[in-house]
Amino acid sequence: MQRSLYISPDKCTGCLQCEMACSYEHEGNFNPAKSRIKVFSFHTEGRFVPYTCTQCAEAWCKSACPTEAITLDVATGAKMVNDGLCVGCKVCTIACPFGTINYNTATGKVTKCDLCGGDPACAKACPTQAITYIDAEGTGYDKMRSWAARTDNQSAAQA
Amino acid sequence: MRYVVIGAGPAGVTAVETLRVEDPQGEVILIGGEPEPAYSRMAIPYLLSNKIEEQGTYLRHDAAHLEKLGVQQIQNRVTGLDAMAKQLSLEGADSISFDRLLVATGSNPVKPPISGLDQPGVHHCWTLEDARNIIKYAEPRSSVVLMGAGFIGCIIMEALVARGVKLTVVEMGDRMVPRMMDQVSGNLIKQWCIDKGVTVHTSTRVLGVEANSSGTTRFLLNCDPVDPIEADLVVVAAGVKPATGFLQQSGLNLAQGVVVNEFLESSVPGIYAAGDVCEGVDWGTGEQAVHAIQPVAAETGRIAALNMVGKVTAYPGSMAMNVLDTLGLISVSYGQWMGVGGGDETHLLDESAYRYIKLQFEADRLVGAITLGMTEHVGVLRGLIQSRVSLGKWKSILMQDPTRVMEAYLGATHLNS
Repeated sequence: MQRSLYISPDKCTGCLQCEMACSYEHEGNFNPAKSRIKVFSFHTEGRFVPYTCTQCAEAWCKSACPTEAITLDVATGAKMVNDGLCVGCKVCTIACPFGTINYNTATGKVTKCDLCGGDPACAKACPTQAITYIDAEGTGYDKMRSWAARTDNQSAAQA
Repeated sequence: MRYVVIGAGPAGVTAVETLRVEDPQGEVILIGGEPEPAYSRMAIPYLLSNKIEEQGTYLRHDAAHLEKLGVQQIQNRVTGLDAMAKQLSLEGADSISFDRLLVATGSNPVKPPISGLDQPGVHHCWTLEDARNIIKYAEPRSSVVLMGAGFIGCIIMEALVARGVKLTVVEMGDRMVPRMMDQVSGNLIKQWCIDKGVTVHTSTRVLGVEANSSGTTRFLLNCDPVDPIEADLVVVAAGVKPATGFLQQSGLNLAQGVVVNEFLESSVPGIYAAGDVCEGVDWGTGEQAVHAIQPVAAETGRIAALNMVGKVTAYPGSMAMNVLDTLGLISVSYGQWMGVGGGDETHLLDESAYRYIKLQFEADRLVGAITLGMTEHVGVLRGLIQSRVSLGKWKSILMQDPTRVMEAYLGATHLNS
């Protein structure tokens, strides 16, 4: 059974441990600026929204890539960036309507959530279960997915 | 069923892959005009800067990929289309018939009406062959003139500078990338280039390229209004236009490109177009437009193929979107960045840091944007524009601080739904 990240913003306390865990997992240091999951704060409403790639089925980043550097990890469903093939053209960063694949000026490559190979560090670090990693079908498709369907004229056109 | 696809770029390759999946029994033929494996022009700047080898530009890395899919490949130039007889004529070969045709011939570089452009040392930057020539002539300490500071001109500047050449840019417009960036950002990019040691002449025309009899360089370029410029290599990057030359007598409805309906079908049933050559609807303006960009090529290639096999699929139209890296300064533009009548505009500028963001609204919807020096969550601008989401109270927040687009997106789509 494939699993996916399930995010419940109402459970998020804004502690940012997910960002620390993500940056440590991928960069080897605690630098939230390098995290692939970001927590957005809505101070006036007292709310926090963790946000990262939904590994969407349409994979705008993947279809836009001119060098076949983004591929599907069939085990996890993650869309993976192959650093050896990525030339840093950034076309995927403007094609993804969710803004979840970003250019790293230090490496000259793009980065995105890779689900840590099936054991996401953000979900493990989250103390309030605002981020969980559960059966993809069990999520019932969260709000990010429903947003994806709205934006996604490709799947709408196919329906 | 015999499907023929003309053009081995991203649109054509995506189309043949889709055709194979959707109609495993069909005969699929891909005609490419260049003596290369299917490659990506988008990758050429990185070949010029030695970041990749030629293989790194290939669209698919398995050399036998198309063969394994059972796609028959023909390397030749198509010289004409008989739409009624459903036949293509090829250069020096028998004509070829089809049941369904996809025109995915892309674009050709524009050659300005200037004397002296047809000689070794004067090259476009469009094909792999052009890239090989540029590499050959752009020797360290040589003088290189870039004619045109559009998208292609700007994106290859880094590679030319890295090769140690003395670079001069001549642009007819009053700023750099005038078709993608506004006055403020186009001039900031110019200033950035000047700071990096590049000579930039905007509002300047090249009148002719002639042999340099007295100087040390190969050529002398006569210009208006600046003094003649010496050059060993001239790179002509004056824009591109859809490659429709072979269709002039075909009876297909042509404007800038091949005019298509929402199913990417041309005026002749059974004949489709995708990618740079196709002129569909800009869903922002509702007008016909050619959007010669990679994501549109891949999307239209796929959707045209679905329609070719009879899976009726509408394409909602495309919008302009570009990301450009000019000597390390990253710029992005989306949709109607120039604004719309009766709309609202906001911007934030930090000139010394080369950071800029401008947003264009129609009522409480985002319709266009420009950014300079921004690399985080840029794609969400596309999401906001394309989904036509009503921003509500977030519009006034963005009018005050346009950098808060990511919060506006989450606020307008996640918090209240």
